[in-house]
Amino acid sequence: MPNAEIAIQLDRVSRQYTMGGATIRAVNDVSLSIARNEFLALLGSSGSGKSTLLNLIAGLDRPTSGSIMAQGQNLAELTSIELARYRCNTIGMIFQSFNLLPRMTLEENIELPLRLAEVDRGERPGRVREALERVRLTHRLGHRPTELSGGEQQRVAIARALVNRPKILLADEPTGNLDSTTGEAILSLLRDVQRQLEMTIVIVTHERPLAERYAGRLAIMGDGRLLTASETVKEDAR
Amino acid sequence: MKPRDLTDLAFRNLREAILRNALTTLGVAVGVASLVAMLSLGVGLQELASKRLSQSGLFDTIFVTPRNNFRGMGRPQREVQSDKPPRTLDEDARKEIEKLPNVIEVYPQVRFFTEVRFNNKPFATVVAGMPESSRNSGSFDGMQGNFFSSPTANEAILQIEFAKDLSEKPASLIGQDLVLRYAERQALPANDDSSSPSGEPSGGFSVVPKELRLKIVGIVETEPAAGYGGYGNARLLMPLSTASTLRAAQVNDLRDIVRDNTANKTTYPSLSVRAKSPSQVEELETSIKAMGFAAFSLLDASKSLRTFFSVFDLLLGIFGSLALAVATLGIVNTLVMAILERRREIGVLKALGAADSDVQQLFFVEAGVMGLFGGFFGVLFGWLLGRAITFGTNVYLKRQNLNPIELSSVPWWLVIAAVVFAILVSLAAGLYPASRAAKLNPVDALRYE
Repeated sequence: MPNAEIAIQLDRVSRQYTMGGATIRAVNDVSLSIARNEFLALLGSSGSGKSTLLNLIAGLDRPTSGSIMAQGQNLAELTSIELARYRCNTIGMIFQSFNLLPRMTLEENIELPLRLAEVDRGERPGRVREALERVRLTHRLGHRPTELSGGEQQRVAIARALVNRPKILLADEPTGNLDSTTGEAILSLLRDVQRQLEMTIVIVTHERPLAERYAGRLAIMGDGRLLTASETVKEDAR
Repeated sequence: MKPRDLTDLAFRNLREAILRNALTTLGVAVGVASLVAMLSLGVGLQELASKRLSQSGLFDTIFVTPRNNFRGMGRPQREVQSDKPPRTLDEDARKEIEKLPNVIEVYPQVRFFTEVRFNNKPFATVVAGMPESSRNSGSFDGMQGNFFSSPTANEAILQIEFAKDLSEKPASLIGQDLVLRYAERQALPANDDSSSPSGEPSGGFSVVPKELRLKIVGIVETEPAAGYGGYGNARLLMPLSTASTLRAAQVNDLRDIVRDNTANKTTYPSLSVRAKSPSQVEELETSIKAMGFAAFSLLDASKSLRTFFSVFDLLLGIFGSLALAVATLGIVNTLVMAILERRREIGVLKALGAADSDVQQLFFVEAGVMGLFGGFFGVLFGWLLGRAITFGTNVYLKRQNLNPIELSSVPWWLVIAAVVFAILVSLAAGLYPASRAAKLNPVDALRYE
């Protein structure tokens, strides 16, 4: 794969923890290339290290060894402030438990990344509306997260992740708290977003059938290692 | 994050846990209130003392005497070495001193020991002449009755203890007359006796008993600017002009008659020189000493008074700060609790791109806002507390038939200083929680349920 085509390059990435004197290798020597506009699903059982790997790509954590290049930036070389800026501008992130701030309205929740990116106040309402339109929740602008269903909350989380127009969207078990129909709707939405905005999406999931249906490529982890990464890229997921 | 967004978020966070944050802010307010109340009492008492002292005329007045006559009432002499010989304190000297810059007035100390008759009973007392300017000096504020109707009136104001000697009901004395018996100096014709070593005529004077009827117009607590000249407090005050025209024999007369022929010339045992402000006293004192007179002022006493009140204020400030120190712990506690409660939120903020410094500043602003409100309400409570103490004290004073006083004072500098201090203390209290929140690992924080 030519370099220009690569969004994320993991090179022998390891992340170890010391717990009670024992060393735990949460991520062990993982090398993986993720192309631009690719929809990759990281599969694996609980404790396989897939969420840890996602956090490393997100710049929320730093690897013990190995390097991560994302959108041309070597994350190991970034200071904590630069890493924060990377999380703000390059990455959008969604979580299993949505992580919306319950005391803020949807509008305020979605505006939060714009505040952190110091986007002009005048520009913000338009950007918030645009993000909400993409997830078809414009009519719920003034509502609070607790007034929404799980699926709707996850759609708001997607809108919040997209509002700063990032190049990479990372999703940690985005369907984990949803029923299968809603989960499918969320993945369908993510695929639409990926196609329309030409984004790179990495999702962590343990629901293989769903992943096979929506992701372009599957990478399977076990015991901190990358077991297999399918070579073929489904054309309709690109 | 931009300051406005930071402030928005901080206010929003404070509003969410309104009860707890309000109680913490109240803690700060109580701390500031105790500090303000203590300091306002300190400032109030200082102002009260300064006002009383400046009303007394002690701090803007210089007491001038002939140089070899003044012994500073037992104090070490602080005289400026002057080449000029000692001079007589006469009318020429008075006029000369009056021409010095920053002098408001120069008046003689007319003060003599004499006898007063009231209801045909004799009373011995010291009489002093009061200059007309003392009418507006505040010294006679709160007196019973009135000040002299004119600078030359034959009227008297009695000191309260003297009034009590005259009558069991001092207030009833006002409007009544008393008789002043005094010794008038009458100059003798010049003596041609050639035994005078200088060959100059040596005059003298005879002392003739005289009487003057004075109407009692008022009663005052103490004599203003008393205690200089070595006669003790005067207990009967009369207009200076009236007192001067009496030509009553004074203690320096005998000495003057021995020393020189000044019987016809008015000499003064001492002069009081009033400066425009206490700050000019020192310079003026030096000028007068250079003219060949002895001069004394209470400037040093005023300086030590200021030192005393600085220490007093400091002590009050320390006691007041104790409550604020307790309130500081309240802020630390509230913010540390907030970190625990908002752990996940901090994780989300960091995942969305907040830098450690953004999180730190957010907690910092929250602490600062609590400090600002605490400081504002604290000043208000402190002021009210000061008013309450003043009110209570005045109720007590009124029952004791004493004049009301302004016990507490909250000047602008105290308001501003208290609010700024509250903010600074709150920010200091926010240091630890803010840095702890900033250091929170986002992965751990997001995992936290």
